Amino acid sequence: MSTPDAGLLVALVGNPNTGKSTLFNALTGLRQRVGNYPGVTVARKSGTCDLGDGQKVELVDLPGLYSLAAASPDEQVVIDALSGNIAGDRRPDAVVLVVDSTNLLRNLFLASQVAELGRPVVIVLNQADVAKEQGLRIDTELLSRRLGGVPVVMSSAWKGEGILDVRRGIARAITQQTQMKRVTWPTNIATALVDVATSAAADTGKPISEAEAQRLLFDTNPSTADRLGWTLAQREKTLRTARDRVRNSGYNPMAAEPLVHYAHLRLILEGVVTEGAGKAGRSAAVDRLLLHRFLGPVLFLGIMLGFFGSVFWLAKFPMEWIQSGVDWTKAIVAPQLDAYPMLQSLLADGIIGGVGAFLVFLPQILILFLFIGILEDSGYMARAAFIMDRLFSWCGLNGKSFVPLLSGFACAIPSLLSTRTIEDPKARLATAFVVPFMSCSARFPVYALMCSAFIFPTYGAGWQSVAMIGMHCVGLFFAVPTAFVLTRLVLKVKPQPFVLELPRYQMPKPRDVIWRMWQNAAEFVSKAGTVIFAITIIVWALSYFPRDPSVAERIKASNPTSTEEVLKAKVQATYVEQSYMGRFGKAVQPIFDPLGFDWKITVGVLASFPAREVIVSTLGVTYSVGEGAEADSQHLRKAMQDAKWSEGPRAGTPIFSLAAVLALMVFFALCSQCGPTIATLAQETGGWKWAAGSFVYMTALAWLAGTAVYQVVIRLT
Amino acid sequence: MTPLSQLLPGQFGKLASLNPERGVDQRLMALGLLPGMVLKLIRKAPLGDPLAIEFGGQVVSLRLAEAENLIVDVSADCPIQRPRQP
Ligand SMILES: Nc1nc2c(ncn2[C@@H]2O[C@H](COP(=O)(O)OP(=O)(O)OP(=O)(O)O)[C@@H](O)[C@H]2O)c(=O)[nH]1
Ligand SMILES: [Mg+2]
Repeated sequence: MSTPDAGLLVALVGNPNTGKSTLFNALTGLRQRVGNYPGVTVARKSGTCDLGDGQKVELVDLPGLYSLAAASPDEQVVIDALSGNIAGDRRPDAVVLVVDSTNLLRNLFLASQVAELGRPVVIVLNQADVAKEQGLRIDTELLSRRLGGVPVVMSSAWKGEGILDVRRGIARAITQQTQMKRVTWPTNIATALVDVATSAAADTGKPISEAEAQRLLFDTNPSTADRLGWTLAQREKTLRTARDRVRNSGYNPMAAEPLVHYAHLRLILEGVVTEGAGKAGRSAAVDRLLLHRFLGPVLFLGIMLGFFGSVFWLAKFPMEWIQSGVDWTKAIVAPQLDAYPMLQSLLADGIIGGVGAFLVFLPQILILFLFIGILEDSGYMARAAFIMDRLFSWCGLNGKSFVPLLSGFACAIPSLLSTRTIEDPKARLATAFVVPFMSCSARFPVYALMCSAFIFPTYGAGWQSVAMIGMHCVGLFFAVPTAFVLTRLVLKVKPQPFVLELPRYQMPKPRDVIWRMWQNAAEFVSKAGTVIFAITIIVWALSYFPRDPSVAERIKASNPTSTEEVLKAKVQATYVEQSYMGRFGKAVQPIFDPLGFDWKITVGVLASFPAREVIVSTLGVTYSVGEGAEADSQHLRKAMQDAKWSEGPRAGTPIFSLAAVLALMVFFALCSQCGPTIATLAQETGGWKWAAGSFVYMTALAWLAGTAVYQVVIRLT
Repeated sequence: MTPLSQLLPGQFGKLASLNPERGVDQRLMALGLLPGMVLKLIRKAPLGDPLAIEFGGQVVSLRLAEAENLIVDVSADCPIQRPRQP
């Protein structure tokens, strides 16, 4: 990437979901995540953009917002970027105002506020394709003239149409310093603004801009005053007098800003948009069905059921291919190394057995993210929030908690970041605390392994789907009461408003959906090559060593009549039992005994604390080592199904009984087993206190719930 | 004059007043929901809360409790200004 000439900085600003990130990608060639719901981007991202004539500028993509009266941290990022508040950061040299062409009035409100900052602007009317489809015609020349000559260009960022015009528009904004026409404040408000600016400047000793004076006068939240260092004691009287002046002129001071701007914009837009013949949008009709009183929830459930069912169904064959690929590799590699039993075991049991067991789930992960991508891009996500809100509002969760909670089903880390869209810090904290309960995609392989090996063979595909859905609800089931206690009793969060725009439906865009799938698949595979690989080798080493030859001799001597095969199995099993891991596992096993875990599962559980998916590969390793290098995956599954307790009160009964399988899944549904989540939680909550609390709470809860499940189910079966 | 929370699905009217001191109302005003604006209650969520309302060509979801302060004049004659379907 070349460095931008002259260090010019250009910011993309606009309402949520207007296509800023899509435009950013088109202008810079980078890939920022996009999605059809408000609040996808939560932090600033920058890239280099060519202005079409070889000149390069630094372009920043910012979170969307409706008004500069910012309240939530993601909105604050925009204010900071626009005013250059962040240390080491400059004010942008131009602002690209990204506007949804189908709703000019609302989008231009923010633009009109930004105009007050006095930066050069260019207006991009994006989603021009949708406007055209709806039969809207926009006179961009007239609009440009009415707005004081700023460049107004139309684009369809997603189709890559009009991008060159946008580049040229930015260039013109910079060279001609195009300023957007500003509102004329009624005299009394203008005077009040001057009064506020003068007093604030006198009290703080800093010059106060007009835009800053507006924020001070119009906003209820004190973030601007705090930033300028204008204390409550200093500002109280000035603001009261100024607001009284506004009130005397017939405006409520809290409503004056939108009233004046909207009146100004209505005049500007007069005759700019003509409605012709066109499809008026099908969203209303789709909503009549998907949000129907009875059909809505039924379809919601149906979509989820179909979703989980088809993940198994669609992934079946690709999984078998990968499986046979793994078996084939093992069958080729293992005999080559007959002379080096240790290396043979490391490669065959450890690396191929462990990492292979994990990689088998790649097709399911791909399909999972295909579905998530489709749900997000179609616009259904916001509807799901609408349908489910009532179930959550009673526990005091913010309406805006939904998107983080829903996206928590993919991965906790981006959803912890997306809690930044929540204004109230306590509500944000409560949401962040329950996000890790959502059943993320890393839990999926664990459930899938257990369900396909133990539920499906005995109970069939129907119960398998039910078990999968059940497992995805377990976290939610505990998250809601947790949130209740946290919001009502611990943090005492005030009820939070829920104003969510329901975006229009669109055909999911294959490019975006596939990109999302691809990114997650790449992450999954790279995880297999790093964390999973490392832990697998450690677990292998611990379950292979020590290997005292005398053990084998002793067994051979004490069983003179056994066949070669039986002997070999006995020797392998004994080696694993007396390995470091065997000894350690047996020592620790009593902790997990109430959940019905044997020492092998115990080791798997402990090894999974850095990343929960590790359990899949550890079970692969421990059972492979016990089986010998030639065991294929069929063998492995059978070995797990056949595994029996060898001692203790449960001797002779299967280890993976229904009770133990359910307890294991419930344990994994609730336990805090993800290093990066803990780190992100600490980062987002500003300290280790909440992260540590989350770890202890979730782990304890997982143990208790796992115990309860095991103890109940074992008595019923 | 009726609180928005008491409108029936499909009913529309003109916003008569709101409470600018509240955070929710400030958000709604930023979206363009100002006195005199025509709005329509599209539907209630299956569990009765929240509501989906339409104004100025956009659909916004709002909780029942928050809709109580929004006073709507349902008698106002506003078929011409009926909100455009988004
Ligand atoms: N039809 C059409 N859809 C578009 C266009 N540009 C963006 N979209 C879609 O609009 C949705 C939102 O796009 P984003 O780029 O994520 O919007 P954003 O402004 O970055 O949104 P936030 O980050 O939430 O503020 C996505 O589903 C895009 O595919 C366009 O020109 N035409
Ligand atoms: Mg974005």
